[in-house]
Amino acid sequence: MIIGQIKDGIVLDHITAGRGMDIYKILELEKLDCTVAMIERAASHKMGRKDIIKIDKDMDIDFDVLGYIDPGITVNVIRDGEVVERRQMELPERVVGVLKCKNPRCITSVEQELTHEFKLTDRARQIYRCVYCDHIASK
Amino acid sequence: MRSILNITDLSLSELDELIATAEDMIANPKKYSEVCHGKKLATLFFEPSTRTRLSFEAAMLELGGSVLGFSEASSSSAAKGESVADTTRVVGCYADIIAMRHPKEGAPVVAARKAGVPVINAGDGGHNHPTQTLADLLTIWRKKHTFEGLTIGMCGDLKFGRTVHSLVGAMARYAGVKFVFISPEELKIPQYVITDELEPRNIPYKEVSTMEEVMPELDVLYMTRVQGERFFNEADYIRLRDTYILTPEKLATAKEDMIVMHPLPRVNEISVKVDDDPRAAYFDQVLNGKYMRAALIMKLLEVTV
Repeated sequence: MIIGQIKDGIVLDHITAGRGMDIYKILELEKLDCTVAMIERAASHKMGRKDIIKIDKDMDIDFDVLGYIDPGITVNVIRDGEVVERRQMELPERVVGVLKCKNPRCITSVEQELTHEFKLTDRARQIYRCVYCDHIASK
Repeated sequence: MRSILNITDLSLSELDELIATAEDMIANPKKYSEVCHGKKLATLFFEPSTRTRLSFEAAMLELGGSVLGFSEASSSSAAKGESVADTTRVVGCYADIIAMRHPKEGAPVVAARKAGVPVINAGDGGHNHPTQTLADLLTIWRKKHTFEGLTIGMCGDLKFGRTVHSLVGAMARYAGVKFVFISPEELKIPQYVITDELEPRNIPYKEVSTMEEVMPELDVLYMTRVQGERFFNEADYIRLRDTYILTPEKLATAKEDMIVMHPLPRVNEISVKVDDDPRAAYFDQVLNGKYMRAALIMKLLEVTV
């Protein structure tokens, strides 16, 4: 399968196979007015299978969100057909305003204006807890 | 400016320092009687807790300070729908330090971010209650003169008991500590307490269903109440209820210097016949709580003698 090269844009590489659509939805790529290519289960030496997203436009990406969802992702920024920046995602220390705390006893359940915020408490097990009630975030 | 929302916000050396201050206060109360003169403590209790509120207020009064506040949400502007952030920001303009109880978990975190003065968590739902743990720690220290190498039995409702979880977190930081969890199957210690607090430090623990089988091993027996509403059916509750009631007969095999603790209030889980046993330490906990709260207020206000 041939998918054309990008001149100016972003390639999200090394997405865990099967997670591509989650990333697509969370980054709200359907709202873009440019070409977006979603490649699922591409062959990979490193990963066996992987997903790739190519976005034919430069855009701001929330790296914390991306790192939280799939810390193995590589973000390639393309200018004039060349990779000018390659960024390896990692688990962010905090995830702010993206996930919702699901603990019905948490203060965020009654005070709607509070920003939901999670902190990384166990890097090895990838555990995030609500900064208010310590409830574990579910992906 | 610093707030205390969780017992683990305090390092071991800070706990030692608070214990030393509390012990000095017990020995020399006069020395501390004016250290907080001119300072105000606001007790913001969004749900009633007479014991904890009075303990904070007594602590501040004994330091020569003043107290203001409310004892339930209906007598505060929360009843009009004001947010925790706004209430504490306003109170921060009046008081030098805040002690706050709230039914929702994490409310003191919001308060600490907005108040502009130190905030002490006086209990947030089933989440944290660090000053109860301070009371527990001073009690253990005054009775055992060490935290290291103790075997601590925790009995009753270990699933929902925040005081149990907090004390496990605090004691797990000391060398040579062992835990024995005594509970019915329905109320076992949550797995996350084991995976978060005990396993990373290789702390030995065991789970049993009766106190008699482990009584001779224990240095501390921390009792909690087994509540009927925690069970799926009445028959199980009635069958198990008496298993978790401490009586003089069950104490017979305990070490002579074991101590019996309870965060109070008790209902029937410790027979009143145990009250006169020299091992009963639960009323000492109440008094110790006042001294530790006073020591904590001093620390957060950066007041020295």
